[in-house]
Amino acid sequence: MIEKLASLLVLVPVLPLLAAAAIAVTKRPHRQRASTLAIGAMGLSCLIAVSAFLAIAGAPEERLVRNFDWLHIGNTTIQLGWMLDPLSAAMAAMVSFVGLLIFIFSKGYMAHDENYTRFFGFLALFGAAMLGLVIANSLLLLFICWELVGLASYLLIGFWFHKPEAAAAAKKAFITTRVGDMGLLLGMVWLHAATGTLTFYTEGGEGCLQAGALDSLGAAGLTARLIAPATLIALLLFCGAAGKSGQVPLHVWLPDAMEGPTPVSALIHAATMVAAGVFLMARVFPLLEVGAAMHGESHSVVTPALTVITWVGAFTALFAAFIAVAQNDIKRILAYSTVSQLGYMFLGLGAGGVAVGMFHLLTHAFFKALLFLGAGSVIHGCHEEQDIRYMGGVRRWMPVTFATYAVGMMALSGVPLFFSGFWSKDEILHAAHGWPVSHIPFLMGSLGAVLTAFYMTRQVCYVFFGPQRSREGADHGKAAHPHESPRVMTMPLVILATFAVGLGIFGTPAWPWAQSFLEGEHAHLAFGHLFSGEVLAVMGTSLVCVAFGIGAGWWFYGRQPISSAARPDALEERFTPVFVALKNRLYVDELYEATVIRFNALAARFFDVVDRWILGGAVAVIGYLVVGFAWIGRFLEDHGVNAGFDLGCRGIRRGAGAGAALQDGRVHNYLRALGIGFATLLLLMTWGCH
Amino acid sequence: MNDLPAITLLTLLPVVAGMLLLVMRPDGVLARRIAVGTGFLLLLGTLGLWLGFPHGSAGLAFQERHDWAPALGIQYFVAVDGISLMLVLLTGLLIPMSLLTGKVPEDRPVLYYAFVLFLGGGLIGTFTALNFFHWFIFWELSLIPAFFLIKLWGGKGRDAAATQFFIYTMVGSIAMLLAFLALFLATGKFDFLSLAEMGQAGALEGALAGAVGWSGISGSGLAMLVFLGVFLGFAVKVPCMPFHTWLPSTYATAPTPVTMLLTGAMSKMGVYGLVRILLPIFPDQLRAVSPLLLGLALATIVFAAWSAFAQTELKRMFAYSSVNHLGYCLLGVFLVVRLDPGIGDNAVSQAALMNGVVLQMFNHGLTAATLFCLLGMLEQRAGGHESMGDFGGLRTAVPVYAGFVGIATFASLGLPGLNGFVGEFLIFRGAFGLSPWVAVLATPGLLITAIFLLTFFQRVFLGRLDERWQGMADLSTAERWLIAPALLLMLVLGVAPQLVLTTINPAVQHLIAAVTH
Repeated sequence: MIEKLASLLVLVPVLPLLAAAAIAVTKRPHRQRASTLAIGAMGLSCLIAVSAFLAIAGAPEERLVRNFDWLHIGNTTIQLGWMLDPLSAAMAAMVSFVGLLIFIFSKGYMAHDENYTRFFGFLALFGAAMLGLVIANSLLLLFICWELVGLASYLLIGFWFHKPEAAAAAKKAFITTRVGDMGLLLGMVWLHAATGTLTFYTEGGEGCLQAGALDSLGAAGLTARLIAPATLIALLLFCGAAGKSGQVPLHVWLPDAMEGPTPVSALIHAATMVAAGVFLMARVFPLLEVGAAMHGESHSVVTPALTVITWVGAFTALFAAFIAVAQNDIKRILAYSTVSQLGYMFLGLGAGGVAVGMFHLLTHAFFKALLFLGAGSVIHGCHEEQDIRYMGGVRRWMPVTFATYAVGMMALSGVPLFFSGFWSKDEILHAAHGWPVSHIPFLMGSLGAVLTAFYMTRQVCYVFFGPQRSREGADHGKAAHPHESPRVMTMPLVILATFAVGLGIFGTPAWPWAQSFLEGEHAHLAFGHLFSGEVLAVMGTSLVCVAFGIGAGWWFYGRQPISSAARPDALEERFTPVFVALKNRLYVDELYEATVIRFNALAARFFDVVDRWILGGAVAVIGYLVVGFAWIGRFLEDHGVNAGFDLGCRGIRRGAGAGAALQDGRVHNYLRALGIGFATLLLLMTWGCH
Repeated sequence: MNDLPAITLLTLLPVVAGMLLLVMRPDGVLARRIAVGTGFLLLLGTLGLWLGFPHGSAGLAFQERHDWAPALGIQYFVAVDGISLMLVLLTGLLIPMSLLTGKVPEDRPVLYYAFVLFLGGGLIGTFTALNFFHWFIFWELSLIPAFFLIKLWGGKGRDAAATQFFIYTMVGSIAMLLAFLALFLATGKFDFLSLAEMGQAGALEGALAGAVGWSGISGSGLAMLVFLGVFLGFAVKVPCMPFHTWLPSTYATAPTPVTMLLTGAMSKMGVYGLVRILLPIFPDQLRAVSPLLLGLALATIVFAAWSAFAQTELKRMFAYSSVNHLGYCLLGVFLVVRLDPGIGDNAVSQAALMNGVVLQMFNHGLTAATLFCLLGMLEQRAGGHESMGDFGGLRTAVPVYAGFVGIATFASLGLPGLNGFVGEFLIFRGAFGLSPWVAVLATPGLLITAIFLLTFFQRVFLGRLDERWQGMADLSTAERWLIAPALLLMLVLGVAPQLVLTTINPAVQHLIAAVTH
């Protein structure tokens, strides 16, 4: 059964791909057909993925691979393939399930859009690429899908392409992630050069993540004396992961990506695609571990690559949380929150291993999708208003949205015990606490947790509480107050909220089923773990952080209802310079504008000038030289060669005149000449014959 | 089958059809029909060649060899292997596509179509000839029609562009001719295969020293001079920086169908010459100057990408883009002769590199020609406007056109799933294995390409629709049928590159084995 499911797993990406192809040739008016195709394909994919997940849940130590030849180069073969293992099954199930809910939500959200058909086509394309990415058993196939999700992201961010901001954001997203992808490409070709394969696992043990290849990477190579090739390859791959997952310094594209329709933000820029970087690191984790020094009792593995990942993650987690505090766009707050949470995932992965990072990835996918869809519902209900200062009191008109949003907010903030986000974030802090290299990431993570609770409370206070503050002079021509969204939109919210709560059960320290599953082990129930000293200490810290964050948020924003949109932010009044800097996203975009982008533009101008004027000028000079020589030649000809020629001509003419004078037509003269000639000939012959 | 002189027939077909046109002098519409018909016959013929080719073998197929002037070492010798077959096929695809592009020219249509057909014959002849004598005739035969096509039917500034094009390529050709005459004096041979054998055995230096020793230059110096002469001929044609300045103005002023052939097929004559002639005959000389040449190749890749980013005229931008893409081919050819141990197995790296080069040639020909064809359609609709600033938001007015351009653009920037990616991946894989730093230094090219291509797409198609273009017509059915097959081929080659690698790989391996001993 599990063998058959492993073979069927290829259908998980192929079905949405076929749907995308079918929608591509569907005409614009056939809206219903387009959404049915996309949702149907995703539903079937979800069914297969969940079945595969359930099958492997019973046997987490299994790894079934299906490889096929793609290219024959020289005497080697490059294979592609897919696999069924706990990691791919969990991701495929999550992506297809969350994807399905978001597809359904989109049916309501995009109902009035002119390009509804195309929207579902792009969504299906994205689904196919993302699902292909998670089941790939080859770094090359993963890279191919990786770029294709980038394409889908480009198309969907720029879906409302007539908006110049959307078009700019789409380009920025593609190019910023491509910066990281250059690293990924180099890492990939290096890996292939060094190990001769890009297949992760084969049944014969020749894969690049299996013992043979890893041993050679740890030891041999050009750089063996300084750093093992494995470390450099891992860091190059991490460049790609950092680009896709919006880690500092490549995070700038993700907040701008919010120009896309909200379901897109939920699906691609919160739940699935942006987590692909974390997934990639989890997938190649054996490579990250090469050359690890084990540290005593703690389970932490420490390698240079993992250390870098941990630091980048911790820094991003804190950095983005700070910026989120001062944003006013409902989606941008969530976007920075996503950047921050992705930082947590890298922190967890670097300090605690695959399971820690991946569990947060899975729980985050549900509650962040929930929050984004909730935000979408609010935006929809508030007539496309996105600025939280112009909302307020929405809970009265949108009760379902409010209730589910509150669940998402508490899960993200990490409210204890009942919310999945608490357990997964707690695991990360726990891992950071036990990290033998430094305690600073733990402190950064804890401070980040305070900020997370704070900015989420601020947002909820602004949006759902207080009086309604709509824009002055805004004439919507509709009902003035917000309205609840239709069932097709609220139903996915409720389902996601259920998961945002329920998933936590699978990852408590007492029964760490999810973590064990992801590590390929069976879980054991042990309530004792819950009450061990260290676990309680970390849980206590995290509880204090959350309480402090929510409390402070309430103190500033909830205590007194925010009466008018014009009123400056409570924090802005107290800490103006800091707040303004944060509001301007710490000027990172401006910095890049002034450095990288300007450099690029200057280099372009420089080479254009070189081409046009210096090289072009040199060619022109040569051309003029040739013309100059031609002139000199002509001059010489006119006055030298031609003059001589003329002289010669004159001589010939004179000679010809003399010759002509001989032929004067008088016969006796001719006869005289003939006689003289004859006599001369006779004389010559008589004397000359001796 | 073997008795049929397939290659000769294929070469003569367009030439004879072109002559018939000149003799018959039909009206423009009929001339176009005859030319397009010939183009499709040519396509069918090249497909026949493809079907009859023994795929998976490294040898020469469809050989024809006849003595011509034995005393001078001149034979008529034509054949194809996996590498040349790809280019013959590319020519077969691009000639009909180019003939179908645009309207019948108002000025001297018969002459126009005859020249395009002559150009086609020259291309096929160049890609199949294996004796310098008639190879060079075909090489020049393709140059002359191209010159007149630019000069008589080009856009603004055509006289200057045509002259520049002609002089540049002529200088290259003369350098090459002199180099081959020196080789002939030294060896008495014009045959590429025999010359390659001598070159690989290191016998050229001695022969040159014997024949041209009076010059007082050492044998190795002479060999290097001859090498440089041949190199210059190809470097201009590809082009390799700094011999590229003829290209932007030429591509921008030539009529669209001619630009398609210039970038799609004629630029391949240069790379093909490097692969077929320079590399096998002069492996040692190439190895000796490879650091310098690699520098030029990297400059071609990165600087051309930057120059493209600075352009506002669309055709000039894509002209530089074309230079950038062929830079990867140059990189491959200059790197493959390396013998120093790299990372992993050098044989695998070299195979990846050269397979990538041949694939990139074909892919670039297809993609660049399609892009120029699409640009021509835009130029025609916009009444000659072709500056990026003139457009904006066109996707609203012409969604199908925008979609087609989008696919071709992403193929050009190397999106996996489309053709461009596979060649570039293989080139980077090979380059990294042989010399990691070269691969690292080439990556900015990929990035800048993405930047200027997406900027182009953004400024022309996205944002608000300029009122001037409100009524722009989307692609007609005929235009869709012209472009769609090319796009489909891009997709097929992106998903299943093995379809052509089966053909390319044996020939490439044969070549690598010969030049790396």
